[in-house]
Amino acid sequence: MALARYLGRKVAWTLVVLVVALVLNFLLPRLIPGNPVDAIVGQVAAGGGTGGEQLQQVHEHFMQEFGLDKPMWQQFLVYVGNVLQGDFGTSFGQYPASVNTLIGQALPWSIAIQLPAIIVGWVLGNLLGALAAFKGGWFDRGAFVGSLFFSSVPPFALAIILLFLVAVQLGALPVGGAYSFGLSPELSLTFFGDAITYFWLPFWSLVLVFIGGQAVGMRSMAIYELGSDYVNYNRGLGVRDGMTVRYIFRNAMLPQITGLALSIAALISGGLITELVFSYPGLGTLLFTAIGQNDYPVIQAITLLITLAVLIANFAVDILTGFIDPRIRAAQSGER
Amino acid sequence: MSLRGLTPRFWVSATLVAFVVLVGLVGPFIVSAAPDDTVGGLYDRPQCCGTLLLGTDNEGQSVIANLAYGTRTSLIIGLLAGAFATVIGLLVGLVGGYRGGWIDDVLTAITNVGLAIPGIVVIILVSVSLPRRNLYTLALVIGLTAWFWVARAVRAQASSIRTREHIDVARLSGAGFWSILGRDVLPYLLSYVVMAGVLQVSGAILYESTLSLLGLGPGNATSLGTMLYWAIAWGSVRTGAWWAFVPPTLMLTLIVFGLLLLQSSLNEVFNPRLRRGRAARKKADKEGEVTEEPAAVVAEPEPVGATGMLETPTTGREHR
Repeated sequence: MALARYLGRKVAWTLVVLVVALVLNFLLPRLIPGNPVDAIVGQVAAGGGTGGEQLQQVHEHFMQEFGLDKPMWQQFLVYVGNVLQGDFGTSFGQYPASVNTLIGQALPWSIAIQLPAIIVGWVLGNLLGALAAFKGGWFDRGAFVGSLFFSSVPPFALAIILLFLVAVQLGALPVGGAYSFGLSPELSLTFFGDAITYFWLPFWSLVLVFIGGQAVGMRSMAIYELGSDYVNYNRGLGVRDGMTVRYIFRNAMLPQITGLALSIAALISGGLITELVFSYPGLGTLLFTAIGQNDYPVIQAITLLITLAVLIANFAVDILTGFIDPRIRAAQSGER
Repeated sequence: MSLRGLTPRFWVSATLVAFVVLVGLVGPFIVSAAPDDTVGGLYDRPQCCGTLLLGTDNEGQSVIANLAYGTRTSLIIGLLAGAFATVIGLLVGLVGGYRGGWIDDVLTAITNVGLAIPGIVVIILVSVSLPRRNLYTLALVIGLTAWFWVARAVRAQASSIRTREHIDVARLSGAGFWSILGRDVLPYLLSYVVMAGVLQVSGAILYESTLSLLGLGPGNATSLGTMLYWAIAWGSVRTGAWWAFVPPTLMLTLIVFGLLLLQSSLNEVFNPRLRRGRAARKKADKEGEVTEEPAAVVAEPEPVGATGMLETPTTGREHR
């Protein structure tokens, strides 16, 4: 019962945020002075190669697609309706490609690089942090300063330096892109073997940053736990160290799980830039191109996707902590 | 607070920050070339002394001149945006936490929505929509999207201070609302505010460079981010023109790392419980409070996270 109420609140909350995000996503680009469609058509015309009749067609297409002749609230409904159907419209910059196609090509690469990086970084970081706290001494000091450094270096700075040292200077790994020229994405061993060499650098530059952040957090939590009563009690009883460490780990883990939700937005945005540095064909590179072309539909689609990803991740973590930690359920349903 | 209480970490970080500030303050006066002057060809190698000390960039401009002016721009944006975010967050948190009631509910709701929507998304959308981008609009936009962490942290603290006795005394002696906030509540929070401010500055500098890398940088000025943008766009990393991208990368790393280190060392100064050692630990047990560092550090990848400087995320939830 308590759990159901907890879940209900979380769902309602996520929906509220989603609506606000949709409104922002809709409204902000429409604050641009002037009619956006005119601006786009102007750009298309400036690009050359398109005749007057075709421009007229493009103009009408966009006017209709955005319903710009209708009042604002109707436009919003049109927008939400389209988004709910998973239709993000037509790209300005790469007319007449649909935004869905562009996103569809980029998204798998982003997921392939970011999801494993987040998971691996999180696990390794927590292990390192716990170990550092427990061992103390020089190991701790080294791990702490190292982690602090990696967690506070701008993610793209690390990416740039890695790219330069490993790929350009040593020539050990390919310089950019996601697979060799001449290959096309397919499910074959050759393609996988080729793509993985392009995968390592962006992957590790994300993982290193993430390990740092997690290790620093875990270390402080574990140090705090080390001083708590149950640890002293265990020591007094002569309980084996391994057992105590397990208790410490479980207790220190909880804030780390919530921490994951907090840092997910930063990770995703850091990942976007990392992709950019390695010209990895994911959302980050797409966003970069779209910004260069003032391609609002693509930009809007990507920002919405980022928001969705963050909201879903937060929601998942909330639910997870709700299951793991009975205190949270109790607090939420007012039993305490 | 005497100088002797400061840790070596503080001095290291203070030196780093001071160095970068010095480059930004004094650099532009020492370098003889303006950042927009063409002084050479495409990616000329660094040669000794003068404007070509760090070679030229893709437009034949002096890298060292760009570096000096860029550092200044980045620092200005960071300071402005950081100050904005800290002041707004402080006001919202103080008023909400101290006043309570429906005002608090509204402010907390806004804060929570703001925390849930990724800041980078709002910044990108706003920047894309701005007709003109310059240093100040950028600082404003970053500041306006980064205050939520501060507000939440300050609110939690302010609402706990509200119930203390000296507040009653102040109220009975007829002190006004703002006077109580300023004189009786704020002093308890000052150390947090200073640390939050430091984090906000480093976060804003990072945001600026991220935006610039995406092509949304200030249109009228060189910043460290725009330097990197051009360096990457013109393939300097690939062609091995290290002098075009290493200096801005290094400078950004120095300032961001320096500021975070400064924050964490200040944290140690203000909060003795974080110092490792038996005595400190015992004390922490007795008080049964939650350490401050974990939450602050958890959010460090995105250093806008003056987060739960006051509490871990879990306890934050419980209080709500």
